[in-house]
Amino acid sequence: MSNSYTSDILKPFKLKTKQQELLIRVSILCLVYILAFITRLFSVLRYESMIHEFDPYFNYRTTLYLTQHGFYDFWNWFDYESWYPLGRIVGGTLYPGLMVTAALIYRLLHFLRFAVHIREVCVLTAPFFASNTTLVAYFFGKEIWDSGAGLVAAILIAVCPGYISRSVAGSYDNEGVAIFALLFTFYLFVKAVNTGSLAWGLASAFGYFYMVSAWGGYVFIINLIPLYVLVLLITGRYSMRLYVAYNCLYILGMLLAMQIRFVGFQHVQSGEHMAAMGVFFLMQVFYFLDWVKHMLSDTKLFQEFLRITVTCAVAVGGIALGVGMASGYISPWTGRFYSLLDPTYAKDHIPIIASVSEHQPTAWSSFMFDFHILLFLFPAGLYFCFKRLSDATIFIVMYGLTSMYFAGVMVRLILVATPAVCLISAIAVSATVKNLTVLLRSKTKVAQIGSTKGTSSAKASSKASLDQSQPFQKNGAMALLFGAFYLLSRYATHCTWVTSEAYSSPSIVLAARGAHGNRVIFDDYREAYFWLRQNTPLDAKVMSWWDYGYQITAMGNRTVIVDNNTWNNTHIATVGRAMSSYEDEAYEIIRSLDVDYVLVVFGGVTGYSSDDINKFLWMVRIGGGVFPVIKEPDYLVNGEYRVDKGAAPKMLNCLMYKLSYYRFGEMMTEYGKPPGYDRARGVEIGNKDIKLEHLEEAFTTSNWIVRIYKVKPPNNRW
Amino acid sequence: MESFGFCFLMLTIAILASPALSDLVLSKVDRRIYLTSHIVRISSTMKVENAGSEKESKVLLAFPEQQAKNMAYLIATPHEGKGKGKNPVVVLPVEAANPKDMPAALTFYSVSLPKGLAEGDSFTFDVLAVFTHALRPIPEQITQADIQLVLYQDSAHYLSPYAVKVQSLSVKLPDSRIESYTKLENTKIHGSEIKYGPYENIPSFSYSPIAVHFESNLPFAVAHELVREIEISHWGNVQVTEHYKLIHGGAQSKGEFSRLDFQARPNVRGASAFRYLVANLPPRAHSVYYRDEIGNISTSHLRGDSKKTELLIEPRYPMFGGWRTAFTIGYGLPLLDFLFESDGKRFLNITFSSPMVELVIDALIVKVVLPEGSTDISVAAPFPVEQWQETKISHLDIDGRPVVVLKKTNVVPEHNQFFQVYYHFSQLSMLREPLMLISGFFFFFVACIVYMHADISISKSSASYLAKQQWEEVQAVIQQVQNIISRCLTTHDNLEASLRDLSRTGNIQACKAARKAADGLLKELSKELKPLLTFLQSSPSAAQVLPKVEELVAKERELQEKVMVKHSTVVDGYEKKLGARDIENRVALQQQKLTALRQEVDDLLEFIDEI
Repeated sequence: MSNSYTSDILKPFKLKTKQQELLIRVSILCLVYILAFITRLFSVLRYESMIHEFDPYFNYRTTLYLTQHGFYDFWNWFDYESWYPLGRIVGGTLYPGLMVTAALIYRLLHFLRFAVHIREVCVLTAPFFASNTTLVAYFFGKEIWDSGAGLVAAILIAVCPGYISRSVAGSYDNEGVAIFALLFTFYLFVKAVNTGSLAWGLASAFGYFYMVSAWGGYVFIINLIPLYVLVLLITGRYSMRLYVAYNCLYILGMLLAMQIRFVGFQHVQSGEHMAAMGVFFLMQVFYFLDWVKHMLSDTKLFQEFLRITVTCAVAVGGIALGVGMASGYISPWTGRFYSLLDPTYAKDHIPIIASVSEHQPTAWSSFMFDFHILLFLFPAGLYFCFKRLSDATIFIVMYGLTSMYFAGVMVRLILVATPAVCLISAIAVSATVKNLTVLLRSKTKVAQIGSTKGTSSAKASSKASLDQSQPFQKNGAMALLFGAFYLLSRYATHCTWVTSEAYSSPSIVLAARGAHGNRVIFDDYREAYFWLRQNTPLDAKVMSWWDYGYQITAMGNRTVIVDNNTWNNTHIATVGRAMSSYEDEAYEIIRSLDVDYVLVVFGGVTGYSSDDINKFLWMVRIGGGVFPVIKEPDYLVNGEYRVDKGAAPKMLNCLMYKLSYYRFGEMMTEYGKPPGYDRARGVEIGNKDIKLEHLEEAFTTSNWIVRIYKVKPPNNRW
Repeated sequence: MESFGFCFLMLTIAILASPALSDLVLSKVDRRIYLTSHIVRISSTMKVENAGSEKESKVLLAFPEQQAKNMAYLIATPHEGKGKGKNPVVVLPVEAANPKDMPAALTFYSVSLPKGLAEGDSFTFDVLAVFTHALRPIPEQITQADIQLVLYQDSAHYLSPYAVKVQSLSVKLPDSRIESYTKLENTKIHGSEIKYGPYENIPSFSYSPIAVHFESNLPFAVAHELVREIEISHWGNVQVTEHYKLIHGGAQSKGEFSRLDFQARPNVRGASAFRYLVANLPPRAHSVYYRDEIGNISTSHLRGDSKKTELLIEPRYPMFGGWRTAFTIGYGLPLLDFLFESDGKRFLNITFSSPMVELVIDALIVKVVLPEGSTDISVAAPFPVEQWQETKISHLDIDGRPVVVLKKTNVVPEHNQFFQVYYHFSQLSMLREPLMLISGFFFFFVACIVYMHADISISKSSASYLAKQQWEEVQAVIQQVQNIISRCLTTHDNLEASLRDLSRTGNIQACKAARKAADGLLKELSKELKPLLTFLQSSPSAAQVLPKVEELVAKERELQEKVMVKHSTVVDGYEKKLGARDIENRVALQQQKLTALRQEVDDLLEFIDEI
């Protein structure tokens, strides 16, 4: 009685299957949204709410400027604190999307009377956009497959290490919002292609505009979409929907993209954007041919007409391209673009690109590290996509394959491939699980009815239906489901582990395990930068390798000679030359650059391996690329790079060596080793008696990681 | 050079000044100069006697200009001897005075005695004067390896407008290492203490310059500026945030800084540097943090017991002479310890200055942020301060919180006294912020609901809009159909249940009644179903669903019939008193069909549900 009574009461609250499904879907999405956010907070928990790494410091500094001075000042900002004495036109040489986004969020929060600091906004921008990306992934998955695949895609992308590596709290970089913008643009474009609606086309143009404003990776969009359109044209899938979607995106997107000063007329002038333009004209030709075909009923005549038109079109296009290239109106492809197509190009021609570790070709292990099971699910997903080919699945397949290629060329482009891999894997997971559960459910239903009507006849009937199906089908399905569940749970554990261990380090603060298992923190970078900020004249010029430029300007608030915006190769080469010359030669260069302090990073005491001595060969190469006086073999012994007694004499006496090892020869670093034992390279240094003539030690941090030298004024002549 | 010139000037003053300002005579003066930190404290015990006939109630204290400029704090208390302890401390009022016919190079303060001194009366009192920046580093620049030497200058004779009968002076130094000191008659040295005197019958305005040049490696911590923000939250917290701009005020460091030397022998190569500061926070301070502009500073230690909380902070780098640093510390305090109520007014009672030990603050700005909606604000401070009001907009504020700003220059630890801020604040205002949040969320949800239910399409006559509306209607109807079918199915279940009851109790009548009721219900339901079906048939957008719905209805009817047949068969069986096994055999075939039909109906329902 009581049972039926309660069920009567609950009846109005009882949900239909559809509503139940909606409820479950919405709550899963909400949970995923939250999960994507909080899994990126490991860095805040382990360290603190701070900006990470190198480029984010520039972004933070510009955002600060934007919130303090307003948009127009930001747009016209000439920064004399970097690239001394050249300076940098910041407004015209950056993608402002990230800063404007953070500033808007900041304004909004203040409007709602939440008095948060801009730093917190910047730190949490990337996780917030990662959360939004999960939503986009859901809708995208729903668009190309079904809502189940969408949900799985949202979950996969929420914790995928390939994406987390660039979007943990504090990594306030363009990529943080750009991946959201990229996926969103693709989603809107696919939606536009599927519906043929002008509204979605418009939306995708605006999505593209946001992407252009946020990251240089927009070039990927403007090349992938024409390629996709071309493939659809070739496979005979041309439709009015495609025509509307592409034209809307291209024309509006191009006009909008030109509003970004850094892009400007590149959109119609540079070689990287020509494919999009070519496909645009091709679309018009197609449309025209379609119309002619419609008007001409004679097929023979049409064939003839087709031949002439196509020849003319190709000829005109070729001539236009040739003239454009020859007259210099259309700029050729940039080195960065070449290095993407040919992985060996950068090494030979642009050492400055090749010197960055994240521009190296990807190792298999890092694929495994960043994708884990997705690496195996990806081909399975491709199989399902080919099985149910549509405009949308063709798109995701192309996106997946091209971005996978780029991911193989450069480590950092794994990031671009991540959404595609997640979506395609999600299709595999969702389709498999769905098939398996359908199998299981049809079984269980019969079995249930059989058991409730506990009669012999019912048993017989259930037996009969069991006989109809394959043997052990149910058990097999169960086993496979458990296998899938196991794999996915392994994926979740792996992602959490990777996030907490590998991708949450701010790389400004270094942490290590001490001898007793306690956590030791090396905060030397900030120690040095803060010392610069407090104890040097306001107009002091600091020379260091370009890696630390952004950090010095942002944290040390001092002028630098070169920084991470590597726009002027000669300037960087000058610094490289100074570092690799003898002290008196270097002094000339330092004087000519009006440098007051020289900063080097040194890991010999702590065993920190990414220090300037290990980067030194790149300084030599980059310096040598512009100034042939610097020759790489001078620093090598039999092609080997060493710092101990057997090192090349030029190596032992160059400025970088002297500054790194000054007075290091007197120091005991490790028990049982001679003084001057370099722990980062595991050797005793070769030159222990270093005298400095024109520079003096101004500051060295507590673990010797950063050493700052003061440039002495020239001696009086008399 | 400058100081010598100054001394000369003082000497001339001493010679020129006319004696006998009044008939007061200092019969005994004991001065103790503490140079054990970079804050110079001069504590004097004076016995004043009235030698004249007129009653006197004020005593003048004179300070040379140089000292007066550096004076941070001056207090006079009646001398109580050593045995009595320090119970109620009566403070004698001290004010700046400007007596006539006095040399301009001297600054005067007058101490009001509690009772006027009649002829021949005497009174003993203590004066404590605290000076900042009174120690001069000589040499002014030192290298990392040098020790820091500082110079202190004063007079061996007490500079006073009155004649002094007996006087003595002792100078306490941090260390026994003394570079040089002025030797006069009666100069003795005991370890780290130098004694001058006793001197007898010294006339007024007598000045005998002395200089002590000694080693002092104590932290010369000077805060150029300290902004303390005390924010009251009536939810139980007083948040204190202190922004320091610190400099090492000792001898400037020159030459190179070698980390190697500093690490190897920090007490020799780097003796003049200071590495840490200690702050004594109030007890039960919580959520302490220590950071600067570029992030958290991890080198700090916190110890706490019930009486105090001790915070030891290390700057990012050792502070050598002339080096600067800036940082912020913050902590929360329990509201109950600091906020009180009197006469319907609330008042905050908290210390004025920094909790740092031996810190000189050149400019101290204290901001007390009161909760939004506080009125009638007044401040009671134990010493004169500059004062104005601001507003600060913080979380969930509409027009900002009132901020009382107090400013004082040249602050020493002696200024760390309690001050009070009185204000009115209604308890109801506390609820404002939660209410704002609640209403914010409420309106957000209402907006969502309105959005979900309101029809906001622009063209109400467009084809797609109409089609959508029709489809919605169809969906609603199908929903109703599903409802009816599921009610039918429950009726069937009821019938089955009645059969089971029958087999248990054998009550045929009850079973028949159940059958009748079910009959009636089913008929009603099929009546209800009819208009819905006709609607679906007439609606064009239902075309694709219709066959399925019709199939569903047909199957359900078939199911109904079958159930009825089974029911009557079983009841018949019972009426004929057949055995249970017999009856079961009879309905077995029907049962099988029923199961199959039920399955089909369920499938159909599910299918329709998914559309």
